[in-house]
Amino acid sequence: MSALAAPKSLSMSVRRDVPAVEVDHLTKVFRRRAKDAGMFSRRRRRMPALKDVTFTIARGECVAILGQNGSGKSTLVRLLSTLLIDDGGSARVFGNDVVRDSRTIRRLVNRVSVEASFFKKMSAEENLSYAARFYGMPPSVTRTAVPEILAKVGFPPDRRGESMQSLSRGMQQKVALARALLTSPVLLLLDEPTTGLDPRSKLEVQEFVREVRQTHDATILLCTHDMVEAEALADRVGLLDRGELLFLEPVADVKRRYGVETLEEAFFAATGRTFEEEHDEDDEYREVFG
Amino acid sequence: MSAIGATMRSELIGLGGIVERNVYLTKRYFLWDVAFMFWTIANTLTIVFISRSVHLTRAAENTLATRLLVGAVIWAFLGIIFEFMTETVAWERWEGTIEYTFMAPISRVMHLGGQGAFAVLYGLIRATILFFAVALFLGLHMPHANYGAAFALLAIASLSFIGIGMMTSVLPLVSPEKGAQLGFVAQGLMLVVSGVYYPVSVMPHWMQLISKLSPATYALRGDRASIVDGTGLVWADVWPLLIIAVAATPIGLAIFHRGEVHAKKHGKLKRSG
Repeated sequence: MSALAAPKSLSMSVRRDVPAVEVDHLTKVFRRRAKDAGMFSRRRRRMPALKDVTFTIARGECVAILGQNGSGKSTLVRLLSTLLIDDGGSARVFGNDVVRDSRTIRRLVNRVSVEASFFKKMSAEENLSYAARFYGMPPSVTRTAVPEILAKVGFPPDRRGESMQSLSRGMQQKVALARALLTSPVLLLLDEPTTGLDPRSKLEVQEFVREVRQTHDATILLCTHDMVEAEALADRVGLLDRGELLFLEPVADVKRRYGVETLEEAFFAATGRTFEEEHDEDDEYREVFG
Repeated sequence: MSAIGATMRSELIGLGGIVERNVYLTKRYFLWDVAFMFWTIANTLTIVFISRSVHLTRAAENTLATRLLVGAVIWAFLGIIFEFMTETVAWERWEGTIEYTFMAPISRVMHLGGQGAFAVLYGLIRATILFFAVALFLGLHMPHANYGAAFALLAIASLSFIGIGMMTSVLPLVSPEKGAQLGFVAQGLMLVVSGVYYPVSVMPHWMQLISKLSPATYALRGDRASIVDGTGLVWADVWPLLIIAVAATPIGLAIFHRGEVHAKKHGKLKRSG
């Protein structure tokens, strides 16, 4: 079995009669201490991170959600990976509610985030083996599966025993991809997987995502602020702006709808701001918590 | 294999994963551990030397030193368990792996249980080294010592310590900045009422009542009796430990669950808190 192929048991166990992801009027609000609150005041300001977001993703589809920092992308990913509890609406992964059926969902989902997030003193091999145990993979399985998946993402075999802290950012991100794929998730959440990578590493990661789509029975939700990447990898592109999903459709439809040539122009047409424009203090707060 | 059997197997593999990770990290930080061991020995000596300053007969001095040593060793052992349990969250937050661990399909009982299992193994090894290093340094005589009984009682007490450790491990979830330190406050409070360097009878009556709820009270009393007098496992020390363990583990898990829900509602389950 290829290291990228989902095990039949997991792939077959998910319901086929429902979308991979169903998000229905999803709302998440963070609360921050009010600026003018006294030392002992418990007064809090409401900071909506997601406002009434609704969309579905079909099984096997790759959907990209675009948005600036603080737009709510990470909040969405963290809600789908059961790390946050919503304040309204619902989200389901293969028919399972993210709050009520969180244990079931955790077996189906894995993610790659902007930070590689590893035990820095441990090697790539040790980090992957340890992570795989949480998914019930014993040493007899990881002994072959870990080197195989690391080879698949182009990780040099002679560096498998080196501590993570001695690896470059691009190399660490490859290990992060390997970790996500090792557990054969049927829903892969990619949260800014190429941010901060050099152009070559970026292309390698994007190429790997394409390969995963071809060889692996996975649905992919890609959150990014890289419009070129979104257009290159996704079947449909959505725009999340200050917690609101402004659209989610194929790139050609987006361009047609706004009568523009690029996604950047579509962003301007939809929000009245340029994509690079400075965001305000509330956006920064949402970025920190989201 | 039945569904329950498969789930159980998967959970135990997850528990083994936590132990495996801690073994990797202990190997990586081995020299730091050695340095920390020297600090613990020095710290223990500062307490046990008190026995030399009270001008007792040689035999009484030896007994007092041994009693102090048992207290210091159990303090150190408990410190390791509380540190590992409390750092379950703090450590992962610092490394940045917290989100990956909390979104993995492992139950919290196995997650915290794995951390506790490693803490007990690691703590027992360190406690043994500490005990014999200080005893050798001071030339203590323990001709009647029943090491088997002392070790067994400490192992039984560990179950209660893990249960209480589960309660304190929630603190860094609720307060990413100060939660870990509060775990040490809990450790200190537990030992002060348990007679760590003195008999429980010297404390005010109300503190003696509280001491009955602390597993350290029974571990200290039983281990002192085994090391100094050669007493075997005494049921009067064992049953309270078992009852506290049975009660503390589900209470600890329930508290942790509430903390986890709070963290998920307020966005605290992440590397930056």
